[in-house]
Amino acid sequence: MSFMKGLKCRECGKEYPKEALHVCELCFGPLEVNYEYEKIKEVLTRQTIEKRPPNMWRYKELLPLESDPSVGAQVGFTPLIRAHNLGNALGVRELYIKNDAVNYPTLSFKDRVVSVAISRARELGFKIIACASTGNLANSVAANSAACGMESYVFIPHDLEQTKIMGTLIYGATVVSIKGTYDEVNRLCSEIAGKYGWAFVNINIRPYYAEGSKTFGYEMIEQLGWRFPRHVVVPMAGGSLITKIWKSFNELQKIGLAKNLDSRIYGAQAAGCAPIVNAVKEGSELIRPVRPNTIAKSLAIGNPADGYYSAKVMRDSGGWGECVTDDEIISAMKLLAETEGIFAETAGGVTLGVTKKLIEQGRIPKDESIVVSITGNGLKTQEALYGKLNQVTVINARLAEFDDLVRANGKEYALKS
Amino acid sequence: MKKRVYLTYPKEQVKEPVLYHVGRLFKVVTNIRQASVSDKIGLVALELEGEEEEIDKAIKYFVEKGVKVEPIELDIIE
Repeated sequence: MSFMKGLKCRECGKEYPKEALHVCELCFGPLEVNYEYEKIKEVLTRQTIEKRPPNMWRYKELLPLESDPSVGAQVGFTPLIRAHNLGNALGVRELYIKNDAVNYPTLSFKDRVVSVAISRARELGFKIIACASTGNLANSVAANSAACGMESYVFIPHDLEQTKIMGTLIYGATVVSIKGTYDEVNRLCSEIAGKYGWAFVNINIRPYYAEGSKTFGYEMIEQLGWRFPRHVVVPMAGGSLITKIWKSFNELQKIGLAKNLDSRIYGAQAAGCAPIVNAVKEGSELIRPVRPNTIAKSLAIGNPADGYYSAKVMRDSGGWGECVTDDEIISAMKLLAETEGIFAETAGGVTLGVTKKLIEQGRIPKDESIVVSITGNGLKTQEALYGKLNQVTVINARLAEFDDLVRANGKEYALKS
Repeated sequence: MKKRVYLTYPKEQVKEPVLYHVGRLFKVVTNIRQASVSDKIGLVALELEGEEEEIDKAIKYFVEKGVKVEPIELDIIE
């Protein structure tokens, strides 16, 4: 049974039917899915959820589908880790990592949004799935389309490195490389979406697509024992995830599954692409577009669609926005890997780097609960680490050379007698 | 046809009547749906209506004048 009421403009409140619409005809504001919360409150309990399989669909009443999902049944319910080692390194008492670096099947949180988008697109009768992406979204669209036997198109700028598209081509997607400036590629994708009757997950299916991100927030609360964390740090690209995490918290409070919402939400960006953080720091409602220049490619969106709403979440929740340099990103990636054994992509380095900075600034107190949101896997962004890690030690295949190496390292180990 | 775009005016262009010129130079109907202008930046949500060729010329003109033209969805490439 579906509790999806329809779509509603986030700006002027005008209501629309639950179709493939994404922009308000009246004011051009973005549309968002609206639900029958009173009815959800009557049927959805903690016990009901806890009895369901460990995946994101355990919150299906709060997702925009008419029936069960037709792809991605195993997505979500990724680990929430109590990070003692990292907590000690940062000098904080209660630190958690929500780890979507191991999300199924393409190792990023995008599998949450894409499985909702494709399932909804199929309900609406679409035959072809498409997106414009340089990374995680492309991988997820291609994989999830393949898994349900649908044709997929992925549009990329022509100067994207070959290695970046292997993880998309492998699934049989048609990858179209577009010559032109970034702005021209962007405009063309919008035109294609307008002209062809395809489901562009992040264009005409966006209201449904974006809702998938809420499950990241629901899981966090359930895994904390139905308790709101005091501080949550979230990476920002287009800004959708941070707004949906905030929406998920407010929904759980509204339907009575969690109480006393007092979370502060913090947005993290790379210094080389920080339009939302800039607006928060300046106290401005206007998001000034920037030209991205950072190793955190998955966050390199210069004119974020949800920038205004992301800044509002930070303001309304009492949080803040901060950014880190490329060197700080690498340091944070290493810190996470060395303390908790988690290899996050560069965006994870941004989020942890910002968390560290906010703790040092005293904006996040050391004795309160903190959740760091890790949204993608480091195996996908290894090129960012070239020349930044220790070199491999090379020796000849002789035991004496290894003995010399151990001595040279100044270490002593007990030998077998 | 109709095309919906966001225009971003840089500081230097905020005072220029670029939209007026577009209406004079090309056969397009310009319809502002939202706007926010300060002394540092101008943002306009605009609907352009006319023949595809005329709309393309109008967009080219905006770009030549230093105005950033983006789809209403803003950055689509994720």
